[in-house]
Amino acid sequence: MSTASVVPGTPGVEEALVEDQNLRGGKARRVKTRLTSRAATVAAIVIAAVWTIPTLGLFISSFRPETDIRTNGWWNVFVNPQFTLDNYGEVLFASGASSANLLSYFINSFAIAIPATVFPIVLASMAAYAFAWIRFKGSDVMFIVIFALQIVPLQMALIPLLQIFSQWLHISGTIPAVWVAHTIFGLPLVIFLMHNFISEIPGDIIEAARVDGANHAQIFLRVVLPLSVPALASIGIFQFLWVWNDLLVALVFSGGTVDVAPLTQRLAEMVGNFGRNQEVLPAAAFVSIIVPLIVFFALQRFFVRGLLAGSTKG
Amino acid sequence: MATVTFDKATRIYPGSTKPAVDAIDIEVADGEFLVLVGPSGCGKSTTLRMLAGLEEVNDGHIYIGDRDVTDVPPKDRDIAMVFQNYALYPHMTVAENMGFALKIQGVNKEERAQRVLEAAQLLDLEPYLGRKPKALSGGQRQRVAMGRAIVRQPQVFLMDEPLSNLDAKLRVQTRTQIASLQRRLGVTTVYVTHDQTEALTMGDRIAVLKDGVLQQVGTPRDLYESPSNVFVAGFIGSPAMNLFTTKIVSDGLQFGTGVAKVDRDVVASATGGTATVGIRPEDLQIKSSGEGLPVEVDVVEELGADGYLYGHAEVDGQRVDIVARVDGRKHPNAGEKIVVTPVPQHVHAFDSESGERLTKPVSAPAGV
Repeated sequence: MSTASVVPGTPGVEEALVEDQNLRGGKARRVKTRLTSRAATVAAIVIAAVWTIPTLGLFISSFRPETDIRTNGWWNVFVNPQFTLDNYGEVLFASGASSANLLSYFINSFAIAIPATVFPIVLASMAAYAFAWIRFKGSDVMFIVIFALQIVPLQMALIPLLQIFSQWLHISGTIPAVWVAHTIFGLPLVIFLMHNFISEIPGDIIEAARVDGANHAQIFLRVVLPLSVPALASIGIFQFLWVWNDLLVALVFSGGTVDVAPLTQRLAEMVGNFGRNQEVLPAAAFVSIIVPLIVFFALQRFFVRGLLAGSTKG
Repeated sequence: MATVTFDKATRIYPGSTKPAVDAIDIEVADGEFLVLVGPSGCGKSTTLRMLAGLEEVNDGHIYIGDRDVTDVPPKDRDIAMVFQNYALYPHMTVAENMGFALKIQGVNKEERAQRVLEAAQLLDLEPYLGRKPKALSGGQRQRVAMGRAIVRQPQVFLMDEPLSNLDAKLRVQTRTQIASLQRRLGVTTVYVTHDQTEALTMGDRIAVLKDGVLQQVGTPRDLYESPSNVFVAGFIGSPAMNLFTTKIVSDGLQFGTGVAKVDRDVVASATGGTATVGIRPEDLQIKSSGEGLPVEVDVVEELGADGYLYGHAEVDGQRVDIVARVDGRKHPNAGEKIVVTPVPQHVHAFDSESGERLTKPVSAPAGV
């Protein structure tokens, strides 16, 4: 080729490019056809059914009479259908000598779960912003240390933390003790997840805000937080579910008194030792699940995809 | 309004020993449009970001007006920047995007709305004020990015390749719009591009960078007529200047069988017996035979009114590519053998080792 040096876009190069695009497009198309084939759909339905059966069984059990629950499995309803609302009545309205009715435990659970969700997320998003967008000495090491904290099992920290609460802070057995504990245990993971999200915001946007005259607080509040809403919502759901369903941390730090103990603690108590009242367990589980469901459906509308669309090109 | 001064400003990226920007000295006059141009990786964006305060200055100083801003954070520099990717705030409407800086400054709501509206009128953005960036086309986003800078009424505009994401036609339109807008507003502007056409058409003056070192600063005409070294000569102008090394003879430089005439004293200062000769495509005359450089034509690009002839010649056993501008209607065809000679007043000579210019700078014709 005598003209190779003067004519741009020689044919060889263009062919290679076209071929490359075909290859990539072909692979994507193959994967797509495989994932949308009939066999794949059937497999997906089977997996979904298998996954749902235990929950369904629990749901059916919650309506069965005590004697039935004790003698045979939930699938017998198909042969011998017998339903009752007694279990739900027991869960919702019974109150023992040392316990109040369920409503006060609901309130306790809310009093624990809402701040124990808000605190870690507020702190973690500030920390994540700092790790992602402020350069300071030792930030990498600090980030790794925080991430590594997740390796330590929560159970190891229970007793030392309890000592600190009771001997130094004197908050043991109060709701704030449970907040602090949940915040401490939740922070490493929440910081990590928020950092992953916040560091993905295009750097140009942050720089544009800096040039526009914003300081770190203003960038965080007016630019980073509004763009992080999907992450805040999903991480909020996770943290809320974890705190709402938690029994261990609550049991250790709440002290189990009527005005502190959360719902989970009361339900465990209701079932009794050695499954004495095991028939109320399925009903109790469904009563307790209502709130996480509401939270999930309330927050899922914030899972907006493409929130960053239109800010930068390409 | 303010001047901008780079005083030996240097940026060395951590982990690197070679400066990305090496002791740059540039003075930008009040209201001037300065274009920083160079190939990718030459440090032009880094230079701009140093002025913006987004990159640290490791050595030297930067002044805006009389104020030393070397260590001033970006928010206190009173500058506005247009980013290559626009960098609009995706969660804000066009009006909020444009008014963001004013809001941060604490400008009250009425004045903010008024100034945003004025800027929007200037840029034909009025119908889009309530839209989010994702509902805009590329050209509209680019104008919002411009608007965000204009609303600020800053001392200096910084623009980092703002046209590179637009299609060719829009780029040419926007190029003229930005240049005329800048002249109307009279705000000192530093503009970065890798496109020498953009540099030539927009800038009052152009600064050419290569490998972090400033090569030449001057008006577009200066750079075109008197490039100070081989790099600037080859970079400015499209198609590029013909450059090749040749022998020095008694009254000029060997040019095939002919001679490219240059002053005797010019050639005297050259090291060794050779020099690099540079001739722009439009300064080559084409003959069918006679004295001059014999060229074999490879391709002729038709551009309508005129065309570009691409060919090759042999100089001292080396193959040299030659580009010449030819008449669009009447020109040699591929495969023909022709002879080219330079227009005498437009021969550039460079030192073959240092690449520095040997010929005297061409002074502008009288009356201009």
